[in-house]
Amino acid sequence: MRFYEFEAKQLLAKSRIPLVQSEVANTAEEAEKIASTIGGPVILKAQAIAPGLAAASTREVSDPGAAKAAATELLGIDDGGRKPRGILVEARPTGEAVYSLSFTYDGTAKRPVVAAANMAGKIDDLADEHPDRIVRRHFSALFPFSDYIAKELAKSLSLGGNDLKRMTRIVSGLARLFLKYDLADLDITSIVKLGDGNFVVLDVEADLEIEARHRQRPMLDELGFSKDDLRQVREPTEFELEGARIDAEDPRGIISPIAEFDGNIGLVIGAGGGSLTLTDAVRKHGGRPANYAAIGGNPSVDKARRLTKLVLTKPGVDKIAVMSNVVSNTRADLVARGVIKGITELGFEPADKILIFRVPGAWEADAAKILEKYGVEYCDRTVSISEAARRAVEKVG
Amino acid sequence: MAMFIRVDVDNSVIEKTSGLAQKLVEVCPVKIFKPGSAPNTVEVVEENVDECTLCDLCMQATEGVKVVKLYE
Amino acid sequence: MAVIVHEDFQFIVQGITGREALNFTRECLQYGSKIIGGVTPGKGGREVYGVPVYDTVREITDKERVDGTIITVPLAFAPDAAYEAIDAGIKEIIIITEGIPRKDASAIVEYADLHGARLIGPNCLGIIVPDVCRFGSLGGPAVDCRKAFKPGVVGVMSRSGGMTTEICNALTLSGLGVSTAISIGGDPVIGSTYADLIPLFEADEDTKAVVVYSEPGGTAEAELARWTKENDSRLPIVAFVAGRFMDEMPGMSFGHAGTVVNKKVDSPADKMRRMREAGISVAEEIGDIPGLVRERIGN
Repeated sequence: MRFYEFEAKQLLAKSRIPLVQSEVANTAEEAEKIASTIGGPVILKAQAIAPGLAAASTREVSDPGAAKAAATELLGIDDGGRKPRGILVEARPTGEAVYSLSFTYDGTAKRPVVAAANMAGKIDDLADEHPDRIVRRHFSALFPFSDYIAKELAKSLSLGGNDLKRMTRIVSGLARLFLKYDLADLDITSIVKLGDGNFVVLDVEADLEIEARHRQRPMLDELGFSKDDLRQVREPTEFELEGARIDAEDPRGIISPIAEFDGNIGLVIGAGGGSLTLTDAVRKHGGRPANYAAIGGNPSVDKARRLTKLVLTKPGVDKIAVMSNVVSNTRADLVARGVIKGITELGFEPADKILIFRVPGAWEADAAKILEKYGVEYCDRTVSISEAARRAVEKVG
Repeated sequence: MAMFIRVDVDNSVIEKTSGLAQKLVEVCPVKIFKPGSAPNTVEVVEENVDECTLCDLCMQATEGVKVVKLYE
Repeated sequence: MAVIVHEDFQFIVQGITGREALNFTRECLQYGSKIIGGVTPGKGGREVYGVPVYDTVREITDKERVDGTIITVPLAFAPDAAYEAIDAGIKEIIIITEGIPRKDASAIVEYADLHGARLIGPNCLGIIVPDVCRFGSLGGPAVDCRKAFKPGVVGVMSRSGGMTTEICNALTLSGLGVSTAISIGGDPVIGSTYADLIPLFEADEDTKAVVVYSEPGGTAEAELARWTKENDSRLPIVAFVAGRFMDEMPGMSFGHAGTVVNKKVDSPADKMRRMREAGISVAEEIGDIPGLVRERIGN
């Protein structure tokens, strides 16, 4: 879950990380006023989270009048169906040295890791061209963060004297914040050493671990996140919100993720890797999925029933394909019960609405009997995922 | 109404064994049984019946319960 | 021979009285696995399918040898359950629970490392050596499980539990069969990656080739490619990369928590390139996997 930069900076400020002077403007006039208060050149950053907007969402200007014009333009950008959450107007100090930091989890070492470079930018992007300018240190998520790790990192950036001490404080503070707030990624893409020797943080990108959103509720409340704001790359649709509600109201099994597309094949598909493989297969055979609705972790009959009704009542969807990998813990019979119940409750015949039912595996004999009773053909495990997708695409026409 | 499963309960069998009704309530992973109005009896929670996982734990506990698949 | 488990492997189930655990406990017992106890706090003294239930792990490890544990407790309790198992001296730990934040997963892995224990998962379905031992939730009821997993020559590692069974089913239908299959988990931080586990397959004389199922997100495929280049492995590897459609949808997560394309290394296209360069065959469809394996092992 992506934070807006102004929110990320609130978290940093709470941890007393030195930040460049900045304020959020909600109108072009406010932007002009803040720019004149700051004085000198400023940078304006539209507060947006959709990917690929980095260039389009920032402007550097030299005077307050130009700030107003730029702000007017930036407030109009499209952030995945949302408006920007205001404009961050910031001082743009120059300094004698620039650094960048990145905190993330290293899946190979299975530990949190901090990387630093003696140049500005996102460490991931710098890694290809300037591997020699990047230093790394792993740390622990089990034991409290110890300052010496930050000191060693600063030392390997060739810092000494007060520079070393100041950078150590910043890295330590950020590492503790990274752990405390369950961040998945924290990128400080520029830290500048000012003329007076102090360091200030200029640009920040931060992502919350989505799975930690419940236990981080106090922090999210403080920042003003609403409960169903998951910071997707685009604004969730009513279909997606309803799917999330169905999922949240019953802990048995998981519908995740649920996404709306503009195709015509309603999908009720097995979760995890099966859903990825199936979606690839449907597209490969020329099909246009109406949605992504991955259901797994052994959903209850009721969850499958409600999801079926949601997908089948989506405008533009006439029939659904119920497909999965060979299931282990999810039960084919419970999925069959839920799907048939959902269709029946809508007043339809299951056989008219199911393009294909390919859920082999656990409890498949019972699933086959249920489907037979309702006149629906059951595909067994000899029908491959690709073949099942092909048949569904062919039938929907 | 349940479409796929029926659970038949014979409370005259269940009430003979003390604690059995309570055991049925606890053992079912999908809460099909709730305590009945008379002591040592159970009632079936109709809205949960289609959630039955056919785990058989209730039938292993007593002959006073029968789980019937309506699709075979 | 087998990987991690063996014929006399004895394990326990933490969270044994939950809806999912009841299902797979019965399935494992039907399959012939040796489950010697279960743990659910407050339910000590009961029994499920003949398996005694205890309040603590130590009540079992004090009496008997426990080779492994399957943890399937609600997510808020999962780290605690793992620490309890590790402190009780259990060395092979599977966490099925989904949705554990990566900070907690990382802490569990570090604690396991300090105590010489191995973690598979979280968010996985465990391990199966067909007809020898099933340690986890792969395959469903014994009757369905046996249809998907027949003993054979191919080792399988998969970031998706469901696709573990799908791929093994394809290998079984083709007659190649499965030596050991491991569902390693779909989270961004997992206890054992492909590169951690492949030396075990290398040492397993039943395994003639390895099939890997992978997804967008993370560095595990790059790490496997590097391992393959650096070690003169006798094992041909065939990989399948799902979620190719995600290259068009940066920043969105599908399938598993670890599945997101933010960085270049996350992308299916990048993963396929790295693996091909390392001599790993990349299958276009699940159905192509058995043929590629046969090609590579000259059978």
